Amino acid sequence: MSELDVSHANGAAAAGRRKTPGRRADARARNHPAWWAFLVHRLSGLALAVFLPMHFWALGTALHGAAAFDSFLAVTRQPAFVFAEWGLVTLLAAHLIGGVRLLLIEYRPWSGLRKDLIAATAGGALVIGLAFALSLTL
Amino acid sequence: MKAAVSGWRVQRISAMVLAVCVTVHLITMIAVVHGGLSAGAILTRLHGNVVWGLFYSVFVLAAAAHVPVGLRRIAEEWLGWRGPSVFAVSVLIGLMLAIAGLRAVLALTGGPL
Repeated sequence: MSELDVSHANGAAAAGRRKTPGRRADARARNHPAWWAFLVHRLSGLALAVFLPMHFWALGTALHGAAAFDSFLAVTRQPAFVFAEWGLVTLLAAHLIGGVRLLLIEYRPWSGLRKDLIAATAGGALVIGLAFALSLTL
Repeated sequence: MKAAVSGWRVQRISAMVLAVCVTVHLITMIAVVHGGLSAGAILTRLHGNVVWGLFYSVFVLAAAAHVPVGLRRIAEEWLGWRGPSVFAVSVLIGLMLAIAGLRAVLALTGGPL
């Protein structure tokens, strides 16, 4: 590269920097399957982390006998609970498959963005969520 | 940050265990939810069952290791909360999850019928 080319490149870079002050990641960097996969993984993980203590508490009611446990289960038959349950199962499936995707990317040889794994996460979560919904007895 | 404190490896190793546990859990849920959940059916399946007891204990411990690291990442990256305090709180959350989870396992496998 000649000196002229270098100075031209520097000038172009400077112009680019002026358009994106602070080189902050803008919407273009985020409107991407891998970023959406990250967001779904993070939000599903957060939702599951919030749910887990309630889940353990609910199951712990069995310590007071089957009747106490059953009276809790009766509450969970309300449509809102069933809907939330279905949502959590779908999120769990998404977090599972998305997590396996991350392990494969981190521990196995790879190249490129492997959007097929992101598609598998979305498709797999949908299939598992629907299988659970079909299995529900309302 | 030191690897042990960052929890990166803890997150991955627990994730590998959880991948197996969650797969079993999803299949079990889809199977048992059919016909509606009842305490009787759940306790009949689990009470006194050592294999399920061990499975759920491993599941609980892996989750109790996995969740705090993920929450800490969120606190660090989204809330800007870093350092020893967030580490201590996340470890505390992990311990509480382990205790609550093992209590639930005990309730279902060794509790009253």
